[in-house]
Amino acid sequence: MSRNLLIGGALTALFVAATLLSFFWTPGDVEALDIARRLRPPGAENLLGTDHFGRDILSMIMVGARTSIAVALVAVGIGMGLGVPLGLAAAANSGGWLDEVISRLSDLIFAFPSLVIAILITAVFGAGAINAIIAIGIFNIPVFARLTRGAALSLWKREFIMAARVSGKSRARISAEHILPNVANLLIVQGTIQFSLGILAEAALSYVGLGAQPPVPSWGRMLADAQTMVALAPHVAIIPGLAIVFMVLGLNLLGDGLRDALDPRLKVMRT
Amino acid sequence: MTRPLSSGRTHPLDPEGAPPLLDISGLTVTIHDKTILDAISLQIAAGEIVALTGESGSGKSITAFATMGLLPSVAKATGRISLDGEDLLSQPESRLCALRGNAMGMIFQEPMTALNPVQTIGAQVMETILIHADATRAAGEDARPPIRAEERAREVLDRVGLPQDRFPLSRYPHELSGGQRQRVVIAMAIALRPALLIADEPTTALDVTTQAQILDLLGELVREDGMALMMITHDLAVVSDMADRIAVMRKGEIVEQGPTATLFAQMRHPYTRALFEASRHKADLGQTRPENTLLRVEGVSRDYALPRTKLFAPRAHFRAVDRVSFDIRRGERVGLVGESGCGKSTLTRAILGLEAVAEGRITLDGEPVFTEGHPNLAVRRKMQVVFQDPYGSFNPRHRVDRLITEPFHLLPDPPKGAARTQAIADALTAVGLQPGDAGKYIHAFSGGQRQRIAIARALIIRPELIVFDEAVSALDVRVRAQILDLMAQLSRDYGLTYLFISHDLSVVRSITDRVLVMRAGRIVEQGVTTEVFDTPAHAYTRALVAAAPTLPEEGAS
Amino acid sequence: MLRYALKRLASLIVSLAVASVVIFLVVEVAPGDPASFMLGINARPDTVAALRAELGLDASPLQRYLAWVGGMLTGDFGTSYTYRTPVSEMIGDRLWISLPLAIYALTLSTLIAFPAGILAASRRGSPRDIGVMAATQLGVAIPNFWFAMLLVLLFAINLRWFSAGGFPGWDNPFQAMKALTLPAIALALPQAAILARVMRSALIDILSEDFIRTARAKGLTRGQALRRHGLRNALIPVLTIIGLQFSFLLAGAIIIEQVFFLPGLGRLIFQSITQRDLIVVESVVMLLVFAVILVNFLVDLAYAAVDPRLRTRA
Repeated sequence: MSRNLLIGGALTALFVAATLLSFFWTPGDVEALDIARRLRPPGAENLLGTDHFGRDILSMIMVGARTSIAVALVAVGIGMGLGVPLGLAAAANSGGWLDEVISRLSDLIFAFPSLVIAILITAVFGAGAINAIIAIGIFNIPVFARLTRGAALSLWKREFIMAARVSGKSRARISAEHILPNVANLLIVQGTIQFSLGILAEAALSYVGLGAQPPVPSWGRMLADAQTMVALAPHVAIIPGLAIVFMVLGLNLLGDGLRDALDPRLKVMRT
Repeated sequence: MTRPLSSGRTHPLDPEGAPPLLDISGLTVTIHDKTILDAISLQIAAGEIVALTGESGSGKSITAFATMGLLPSVAKATGRISLDGEDLLSQPESRLCALRGNAMGMIFQEPMTALNPVQTIGAQVMETILIHADATRAAGEDARPPIRAEERAREVLDRVGLPQDRFPLSRYPHELSGGQRQRVVIAMAIALRPALLIADEPTTALDVTTQAQILDLLGELVREDGMALMMITHDLAVVSDMADRIAVMRKGEIVEQGPTATLFAQMRHPYTRALFEASRHKADLGQTRPENTLLRVEGVSRDYALPRTKLFAPRAHFRAVDRVSFDIRRGERVGLVGESGCGKSTLTRAILGLEAVAEGRITLDGEPVFTEGHPNLAVRRKMQVVFQDPYGSFNPRHRVDRLITEPFHLLPDPPKGAARTQAIADALTAVGLQPGDAGKYIHAFSGGQRQRIAIARALIIRPELIVFDEAVSALDVRVRAQILDLMAQLSRDYGLTYLFISHDLSVVRSITDRVLVMRAGRIVEQGVTTEVFDTPAHAYTRALVAAAPTLPEEGAS
Repeated sequence: MLRYALKRLASLIVSLAVASVVIFLVVEVAPGDPASFMLGINARPDTVAALRAELGLDASPLQRYLAWVGGMLTGDFGTSYTYRTPVSEMIGDRLWISLPLAIYALTLSTLIAFPAGILAASRRGSPRDIGVMAATQLGVAIPNFWFAMLLVLLFAINLRWFSAGGFPGWDNPFQAMKALTLPAIALALPQAAILARVMRSALIDILSEDFIRTARAKGLTRGQALRRHGLRNALIPVLTIIGLQFSFLLAGAIIIEQVFFLPGLGRLIFQSITQRDLIVVESVVMLLVFAVILVNFLVDLAYAAVDPRLRTRA
């Protein structure tokens, strides 16, 4: 097992475990405000210190991870659930009108500045986790559609696909039976990367106040709240940021490690 | 068309004369402790053509790269390679850079990818000249008069048969054909008149008529400039009337070397003999009594739309297959030969019912293969195909039993349980494999075994017609001979009818009763295979036959 | 070449048209009526109706769409519901912060990424390569707005080299650039990490191409082959990423402006969102989309300059 896979897997597992644990136990209460204990630096009592309302930052991070992971996971789910079938369909009908429509649409979505549109969507329909998911998810669709189409197109030229066609199998059946299993590795790796990008996008949206709304804790808003206090108590700003960095780093290393383990020649998309 | 003659030296290494230009002695190359080349020795004199031949993995190309100093960094070379008295293995990289392109040039197998796609051919030829002019200047040696790079590039392109009016320096590689690109690569290699030219399978990727032209050109360059040529090829026939000497390689060793005529006359090493025999192998087809018509192709045409050249002009069409008609009778073994782009692949897809045709009809047993936009499954059941690439023909994620039973999908009532197991075992046994192989994944098999599995897949539903699409082109000669024998045996045992599509005339000759010659979308000639090849009627067939390299008769000297 | 350019131009126009429809529709289905919002819940229905007429809200959606698009084509972006001033004026000043910021960041990112990517690719597996890759792995994971906060903490609060925020205006270009420097660095470094990785992998792919081997056989050193034959070919995938990154930089600029209290388009958008001044939101978003589509058009033209195959094939 490669070092990437090991470190990435361990970091990711740590965050997932902490998130699951938060449903049963957190070191402190994230809803109880205690102004007397505000802005304490990291120490024995509060491992990562307290915020401006005296809440335990470690607990906030554990609970905030739920939002990050849920938003990113569902957004990847939307992207894969819609993008992969579209990409498969486009490749199976390469050169046809369906391919043309799907390719043009993904080009178009790519041309949009994603975060700006996310801002527009949340601005119009109101801030909140659900709209953040939709906004991020929409931009995952063309990523998976393009990736799947490209990989599938090169598979369609392979002789084993021709053999399946000579055996009378329909394009849909070939897509499911031969194409999808052979692009699965690529999708897993890209999924990991999109997951990490989702974490970053969710943090950005909730930082500008368009993500999950209070009282649901989120990493982005912890940073927004900390901004005015950065000179006074740097740990309030530094720690949630480190949580994001380690989570994203873990996922990216996991993605790279998976790619190396599955097939080092896989071409993922990075933006 | 005349074939290049050898440079005429029968005893190239004159014991009294000058030392050889290239002297390789005891060259050993290891990669990760695995021996790739095992103490080989080889000499090439100025003006001499020495061929290095052998099957894939024999170490031919490694020898060339070791000489050029372009081995991968993980490879370790020991022994001695001396070029004009200078030991190359002990030279620093900077000295090797000064020698490459200047004292020794190299030509590669794949002309389509050997040129930088974003630079003009002129710039790429000039680069050879300029890079060495820079180096000379930097070293403070001004002995050589500066060569005017552009002038020389033009001169050398003219020399390789790319004249100014059709091939100005400003052309880009994508505007040239494969043969023309190979000429550019040659021009780059000979721009500074190197003493040694290394050609690594220079014609393997080219059509047979283009191959003959490139071989002519190389022979001419050696003759006129007195260059030494190291010619690497897997095809004995290519070098049989060109090389002064031949070295036969196998698993990193030179098993036999000697003057061409002597080598063919004596063939002291059994491996040389095996290669020679496999190269001119004639499969035993047995007798066949063709019956009623099985496949009928009537006036079939297929067009492809070309990209628009003007914004609003209607799309132009390219006619890939042009009013082709022929019949195949039950029990016949028919060949289809033609060069790349002649339309044989398009025709194959149409016969297999994978694509509709623009006009005409294709019927099998009287039933159309393609009706109303859909392939006709009842007809397709009677037809199977074997493709060229033993590595791309199988889904790597499935086991052999699943791979070879895929055609069962065509049957209304596919065998199940014990009947299925029996069918798998029968098919595998028929192609010389074990029933126990059914549980293995495809990566456990060699190229030749994979082609056997591909044939098993085609046989499993007992089709009436099998299309072999370049089915032995990717195989080494000895494996190829075995697969051809298998096909002949199956055809004798099962009365198989097949259409054998290939660019290789010698193979078609050995495995078919009747042949169709295709050019530019049309069948230009058809008839009994031996008659067509021995007394070709059409000018194109004559050119093809003349261009195809042939081995000398056995025992001839 | 002309054919290619015209084709890309046509695609640009279609993209813009579709984008404008999408943006208009999204805003159209937005809940809430701007007129009632502006006048408060106690407003009389006839006052609301009068305001609706004044704002042009009583016309059919198609008419309003055409008026909006037609206006934008002549530089008229409509009138802010909240401030009753032309949106184009509001955008004008702020654009001169956001746009230079994005370009500044893109330049920095390219200047950092190219050498880093080339350095890593030219000695694959060396300590240099491993170092660059580790740095980029970290860079990719850092949220730019958090990085911005760290920069403020270090350079503005502790070292006092830069001010923590605000913008002095372009009267003094040096001061203006100085004010944009920390935000640009915050934006550029994470993007540079991605670009360097793309550059590296593109170069590594190309170094295994046959034509690099041909170049080596001509007597070029590894470095010469990389520079003369690798770079220009690697530029093709790298340009794609630069085009995509511009969109991220613009969006990033909007967020970074929040950290540095820069009165750019980002501030304008968030202000307008809270005030439900949707015409401003709509127009600013359209402008940003236009900028991104325009940059991608320029990238397409750059492809053709790099790759002769595109010019003839189109």
